[in-house]
Amino acid sequence: MSEILSAAVSIGFFGLAFAMVLYLISVGLSVTMGLMGFVNLAHGVFAMFGGYAVTTLMNSYGMPFWASLICAVVIVAMLSVAFERVLYRRLYGGDELDQVLLTIGLVFMSVAVAKYFWGPLAQLFQPPSELRGQVDLGFREFPAYRSFLIICGAVLVTGLWLALDRTRFGAKIRAAVDNLRMAQAVGINTSGLFTVTFALGSGLAALGGGLGAELLPIYPGYATDYLVYFLIVVSVGGLGSIRGPFLAALLLGIADTAFKYLLPEIGSFFIYALTLVLLMWRPRGLIGPS
Amino acid sequence: MTAVAERVVASAAETFARRHRFRWYEALPWLVAVAGYFAFPDYLALGSQILATILFALSVDLVLGYGGIITLGQAAFFGAGAYTAGLLAAHGMGAPVIGLLIAAVAAALVGLISGVVVLRTHGLTQLMMTLMVAVMLHEAANKANTVTGGADGLQGMEVGPVFGLFHFDLYGNTAYFYCLAALFICWFVMRRIVHSPFGRSLTGIRENEARMHAIGSPVFRRRLVAYTISAAMAGVSGALVAQTTQFVATDALGFERSGNVLIMLLLGGIGRLYGAFIGVPLYMIAQDRFAAIDPVYWYFWIGLLLVLMVTFARGGVLGIVDRVGAVLRRRR
Repeated sequence: MSEILSAAVSIGFFGLAFAMVLYLISVGLSVTMGLMGFVNLAHGVFAMFGGYAVTTLMNSYGMPFWASLICAVVIVAMLSVAFERVLYRRLYGGDELDQVLLTIGLVFMSVAVAKYFWGPLAQLFQPPSELRGQVDLGFREFPAYRSFLIICGAVLVTGLWLALDRTRFGAKIRAAVDNLRMAQAVGINTSGLFTVTFALGSGLAALGGGLGAELLPIYPGYATDYLVYFLIVVSVGGLGSIRGPFLAALLLGIADTAFKYLLPEIGSFFIYALTLVLLMWRPRGLIGPS
Repeated sequence: MTAVAERVVASAAETFARRHRFRWYEALPWLVAVAGYFAFPDYLALGSQILATILFALSVDLVLGYGGIITLGQAAFFGAGAYTAGLLAAHGMGAPVIGLLIAAVAAALVGLISGVVVLRTHGLTQLMMTLMVAVMLHEAANKANTVTGGADGLQGMEVGPVFGLFHFDLYGNTAYFYCLAALFICWFVMRRIVHSPFGRSLTGIRENEARMHAIGSPVFRRRLVAYTISAAMAGVSGALVAQTTQFVATDALGFERSGNVLIMLLLGGIGRLYGAFIGVPLYMIAQDRFAAIDPVYWYFWIGLLLVLMVTFARGGVLGIVDRVGAVLRRRR
């Protein structure tokens, strides 16, 4: 009995840590897709470059973990503004196919760029010394870095939800997601809102990529190979929602960990089948506009 | 007034009556294909891969260009066909034409079953579902590596001679004409389909779904039929590649394949029937030349090309031809 319990605790713990990383990376995608109706398959690129920035700053320049995280977020957020202004903007409200093709193009380019600068292998990521080893929670020991991920994720999620619910900026985003034209009519500068939201979403993705470098290793194929995960979180969660993707990330994180632990032979297959079933049941996501 | 109206009606009727007739330039791809056989005898292996991939791109054109269904999972059907043909050949049933037909049926079944699920949804959800079907099959093929050989590929395919007469030779003569014949038949069928009332109703659904519902068109069923036919064509393409290279691996079901074929089609022009005939050779010949030098840069340039085309030249090569033609006509 205690063995089953201990397995369940492990799965819950690792699943939760994974879910936090998935959520941080994907929440920006959900908001930008909901806000601008833009099918952005290149969102993983921002997470990947966040991861590369963190590992490079730490390994090659000896920067402390925290500082390199902040640098990565700022660099990627600024880069993403350039992308949004130059490329994405022209296709808002346009053909979905154009958006898909443009962002596939960006993904392909990112694979080549990453391979050129960092080589084909996964980046070495070492958590800072204070987050290595185990923490004792009285009844069991847990890996310190994963515990940190969970706490970090929880703090960020709470902050994000509060910001969206309580601030003027959050109210503007909610208004624009609900009804873009009405939001424009009452004088909200939606164009500026798009850019800021996009930068925020990409910055969060970079943060997720950097924090999660241990769980989702940073290598050139990052943006294509994990794309399915991010899209599952967003589509199962519901576009434009920020709570839905959290639920979806939890589900995916825990289910993925459980299947890989209990049934490694058929692991991911079940996840994809589950996603299909969930999407058949609720095509607009678990928490989405009805 | 009535005379003008009558003339308009007459010219419209004329257009509709002529739209499906063969034009001289429709013979060009086939002339080029035959000329290519004599001009480049050393590149027949590449040539047959190009022909098979044109068929794959045609299958995407049917669902995407005419049906308006954005698919990121066409590789599911390509892979289903490839594995069907591969497994048949590996288990002693190496007759190629029969393998091709069974592969088409198998892929069509996958298309029909997944279509029932996928086509009930719209937008991002639909896109996701097409992708999910492909990754599911990819994962299944990967895990069932005792049957499929996994990423290392299926072992022991033995493909017999075509109709018991033409052996697949080392130089690829048979393979080239085998692929050409299969492509020709599928192209002919597809051409009939897109010009038929069924094909027109597909275009109607793409342009305005609500209106097609309103005039009583069975939208879901039409799309499902198109999706199934397209899957069968993709399956034939996969089977052709499997039989002519005598090899299948899990990359037949991979995301790269679904993405690449979209790029090739975009390059030629989507929804034009002939986009595939231009985009695929351009892409594959360039890939053969440049990717040999450095496959890493290849993806960079192809990505850049895609970004530039979406931003500046949406219609592909045929779109550019149209635009140049329009400018010339205005000059005259």
